Amino acid sequence: MMDDSAHSPNRSSQTSDTLTVNLTLNGEPIALEVEPNVVLLDALRERLDLTGTKKGCDHGQCGACTVLINGHSANSCLTLAVMHEGSEITTVEGLARDGRLHPVQEAFLEHDAYQCGYCTAGQMMSTVSMFNDKRIGTDDASVKEALSGNICRCGAYKNILSAVQSARQKVGEA
Amino acid sequence: MRHFAYQRAGDVAEATALHGSDRSADFIAGGTNLIDMVKLDIMRPERLVDVNRLPLTAIESLDDGRLRIGALVTNTDLAYDERIQADYPVLSEALLSGASTQLRNVATTAGNVMQRTRCPYFRNPSRPCNKREPGSGCGALDGINRNHAVLGVSDKCIAVHPSDMCVAMAALGATVTVEGPSGVREIPFEEYHLLPGDTPEREHALSDGELITHVTLDAPITGAKGHYLKLRDRASFEFALASCAAVVTMDGDTVREARIALGGVATKPWRSFEAEAALSGQPASEATFKQAAEAALAGAVAHRDTAFKIPLAKQAIVRALTTVTAQ
Repeated sequence: MMDDSAHSPNRSSQTSDTLTVNLTLNGEPIALEVEPNVVLLDALRERLDLTGTKKGCDHGQCGACTVLINGHSANSCLTLAVMHEGSEITTVEGLARDGRLHPVQEAFLEHDAYQCGYCTAGQMMSTVSMFNDKRIGTDDASVKEALSGNICRCGAYKNILSAVQSARQKVGEA
Repeated sequence: MRHFAYQRAGDVAEATALHGSDRSADFIAGGTNLIDMVKLDIMRPERLVDVNRLPLTAIESLDDGRLRIGALVTNTDLAYDERIQADYPVLSEALLSGASTQLRNVATTAGNVMQRTRCPYFRNPSRPCNKREPGSGCGALDGINRNHAVLGVSDKCIAVHPSDMCVAMAALGATVTVEGPSGVREIPFEEYHLLPGDTPEREHALSDGELITHVTLDAPITGAKGHYLKLRDRASFEFALASCAAVVTMDGDTVREARIALGGVATKPWRSFEAEAALSGQPASEATFKQAAEAALAGAVAHRDTAFKIPLAKQAIVRALTTVTAQ
């Protein structure tokens, strides 16, 4: 058996159902008190008031809830908050720095890469993750495949693709 | 989502001890399949044992030429591993054809092996399903069954095994290592997934409380080429209507050895020994490939909406073989 203090979640003194999870959220350390059945998406939106991350299908099919977990895109609706002791989570609220939009956000604005905007946070998080992962090709076909887990009900794909490829150049230049 | 208790394990011994043989407990790794099913209320664990901290994230080359994959290696990391891409390209192609980037980043090797069917009757608690509730009947047999199986079916269940990764592993040959209350044992990949028969609720060869720790690929066949062809309703992020994993070695223009496995058409990852026998020692021609395809689907059984899958699977075999033998 491993040392309990390192590997067992701490029981909260408040209710027997609640566990404490320590993680890094958009660069800040936080302690989150949640029941085991709370998915990361609901913890972000309902407990931490970070409503930029959207709930679409709630079953990993639409990508609206995409966040970065340790730098890689993931569906926050399909992972439990309690599984993320020690994880680094980045949401769309963590993209801008010092009042300046992230190049991906600027590109989505410039290219009008949305209509209703509901999928946009997820599209941008998947884009940032794709830029982080050098194993993914940079041609249009590779981008479409890499972003196929983000559904746009408005059908803004053409402008999303142009925004992504434009942002790639800016991120490269930065 | 229903409530459950949660425990985090640090190593394999702790995980199997926490689980015990408790049928109301489940291991959770990536969770992409399990949490979906708990939300649908078709899996109802009272306790989850989190195995994400277990030291099972390595891909190791063994002295006998095999490749040992830790249970927690993500689908993304497995697909892009240099040894997989060089020696087992069919597996890399299969992985990258499955799911979405977000899911592949989180989904694990063992979780993919444990992946459960997408049959809409299985996934809807208000419908009859012998797999979910033994004896309740099968809604798919006379229902909407376009996405169902034509191979390995029974009169109790025609649900398709959804994995692409497992189809490639079936073709390559592999061993599943499990650890549980009665120790460590190894299960040939071919014997891991079970046909539905009269007991569709029994999907795999695991005993209560056993945990997959590794999947070990057979040593690569010298000189073999591989290809995974997946046919589906849209170009990405969709399950297969029919898929074919082909691994072939050639002597000049003659097939020396072939491994063929099918996805999207069968109740388990479907190794076709019949197709392989029809290819071995034969010229690599369209006529040979068509004979192999006929042999592979000879035992196929169509239901209301699945008749199209029989010619589709045959075409997948012919096209995959045409591609792989032209490499």
